[in-house]
Amino acid sequence: MKKNGIGRRYLINFIATAVFFILALVVCGNGGSRMKLSVVPSIWQCCYLIIMAASLNLVLGFLGQLSLGHCGFMAVGAYSAALISLAFQRAGFYEEKSGVAFLLVLLLSIVAAGVLAALLGVLVGIPALRLKGDYLAIITLGFGMIIVNVINNIPFCGQQGLGQGSASSALYATGLGFSNDEKVQYLWVALLTVILCLSLMFMFVRSKYGRAIRSIRDNEIASESSGVNVNYYKVLTFTVSAFFAGVTGALYACSNAALATTSFAFTNGSILNSVFIVVMVVVGGMGFLTGSVIAAVVLFLLNYTIKNGAWVAALPAFLQNVFTYPMLVYSIALIIVIVFRPKGIMGSSEFALCDIPKWKGWLQQYFASRKAGKEELRHE
Amino acid sequence: MSEEKKPVLETRGLGISFGGLHAVSDFNISICSGELVGLIGPNGAGKTTVFNLLTGVYVPTEGTVLLNGVPLNGKKVHQFVAAGVARTFQNIRLFDDMTVIENVKVAFTKDIKYGLVDAFFRTPRFWREEEAMTKKAMELLAICGLEDKADVLASSLPYGQQRKLEIARALATDMKVLLLDEPAAGMNPTETAELLACINTIRDSFGIAILLIEHDMSLVMNVCERIQVIDYGVTIASGLPEEIAQNPKVIAAYLGE
Ligand SMILES: Nc1ncnc2c1ncn2[C@@H]1O[C@H](COP(=O)(O)OP(=O)(O)OP(=O)(O)O)[C@@H](O)[C@H]1O
Ligand SMILES: [Mg+2]
Repeated sequence: MKKNGIGRRYLINFIATAVFFILALVVCGNGGSRMKLSVVPSIWQCCYLIIMAASLNLVLGFLGQLSLGHCGFMAVGAYSAALISLAFQRAGFYEEKSGVAFLLVLLLSIVAAGVLAALLGVLVGIPALRLKGDYLAIITLGFGMIIVNVINNIPFCGQQGLGQGSASSALYATGLGFSNDEKVQYLWVALLTVILCLSLMFMFVRSKYGRAIRSIRDNEIASESSGVNVNYYKVLTFTVSAFFAGVTGALYACSNAALATTSFAFTNGSILNSVFIVVMVVVGGMGFLTGSVIAAVVLFLLNYTIKNGAWVAALPAFLQNVFTYPMLVYSIALIIVIVFRPKGIMGSSEFALCDIPKWKGWLQQYFASRKAGKEELRHE
Repeated sequence: MSEEKKPVLETRGLGISFGGLHAVSDFNISICSGELVGLIGPNGAGKTTVFNLLTGVYVPTEGTVLLNGVPLNGKKVHQFVAAGVARTFQNIRLFDDMTVIENVKVAFTKDIKYGLVDAFFRTPRFWREEEAMTKKAMELLAICGLEDKADVLASSLPYGQQRKLEIARALATDMKVLLLDEPAAGMNPTETAELLACINTIRDSFGIAILLIEHDMSLVMNVCERIQVIDYGVTIASGLPEEIAQNPKVIAAYLGE
């Protein structure tokens, strides 16, 4: 009985995902120039932000460790993917960004980016065995900075790049960097990567692994005393989280014409910043993957519309001034979320398709309880 | 009779000092399967410290802990658990943001055979193990009278049930020795009676050795076959409950001289 229920859930989710996937491809493939110039590139950005937020949630929300260097893993992934694709191109494996050969290289670079980042994840996980809280935050922050500098100073990454042309400049012409047309053409790769990564993360947290790392977050001593090998699971979580961050790096390399280490640096003022990813996780709810997905999209849209949208221009002048400092707006948004929804915008439950029929009941319950609360006040 | 059996848990000259303070010194105990031994002593006597030594939380400065005759020196806490020592805590330590059944399942982690690949791709093995585990967890919850609370958050349980959940979680580690640190603390008489029944069931159906710290004297005198008394980290008496009740040293330690 129970197992059938689970089977149905998987089926519903699978069908819904497949429908969404095909619909997105059809709509984006047949759109006009606006679709091509702004919507599809935005979807690419959302794709890597979603995986970034969800994978950081593994460490921050499920394991309960503050890591401020998540973009460092992304940088490693981005440069690995870029260099691998360039190497294959130089070797004459593919010429055009089409065909089976290129597709193989693309998939290889995505996986390799993840694996290389995961190896670094092991290294970062090891200090996490001894340090906690602020101290770990400082170490990971340092890691983010160091990685950027290391990449900058590797000759073939930063400056000369594989003998001719560098990863920083040659991506668009020869490597992964997609033009707007190619972004439409390969949108399925991005969407499929997101779907796969999210599914894998869900499977991870809903298994003994998820239980073990949540138990470490809730009470490390009790977890150890229940036979959980705390050190192993901590390093494993950092590794898995870094793997997915590395994968996003590959997507980043695809959606940008050139790579520059400054875009992964801590001082980066845009949305792609380790601290901003932390904000996404907190806003979405720590320990809730669907929350991270929604927060990543919402914050991306907020960021995007503040920069390009018309609604800011329609605001009164003094408010417009505030929006010239987007970081200020995000901080205010973060404070509002923490004060009013301390568990994140999603509250304390995962979004699940199967729960939609129950929503009506939940809403009625909610209003009934509010009404009851008011009555009580009146009686007093 | 029990003298002929080989002890599961044995300590030899176990001791620890924090700086100049000898919290526990020359602690010797041996417990056989199926035995229920009480460990009592005034506040600050070092009882919890003994538990921390027996579970590897503290590294002893002298002496050894042996499980089935094998010394556990230098092992980590989770390795002590794997060897067969499980415990509950004096100040409750549950996984608050996890459900009751998940709390129990965490303790199965070390015995679960499936790996990352099984978890990622939901292989038949994954389902088989998870299902078997859910069944086992429900059985343990039933022993502790929590089967109808399986899906509520551990933190939302009333106090007495939280203590019982700690016991269920300890049982899930498949232990040979169970250490209970003041399981009845803060319970009302009904809850204590339920707990007592629960402990008796565990002893009868699991055949494990139990070491119990308890301040409630009537409980200790009722259920324990042997009692060991410590004061200032030193064993001052050990023997049958009636002997302990009459021992002048024990009376002096409790009433203060
Ligand atoms: N980590 C530690 N560092 C320093 N002193 C410690 C440490 N752990 C325990 N002690 C000391 O060891 C002594 C024994 O403490 P313990 O907690 O074992 O007592 P107890 O018998 O469990 O008391 P209670 O009945 O109050 O639970 C106390 O004096 C305590 O201060
Ligand atoms: Mg104590």
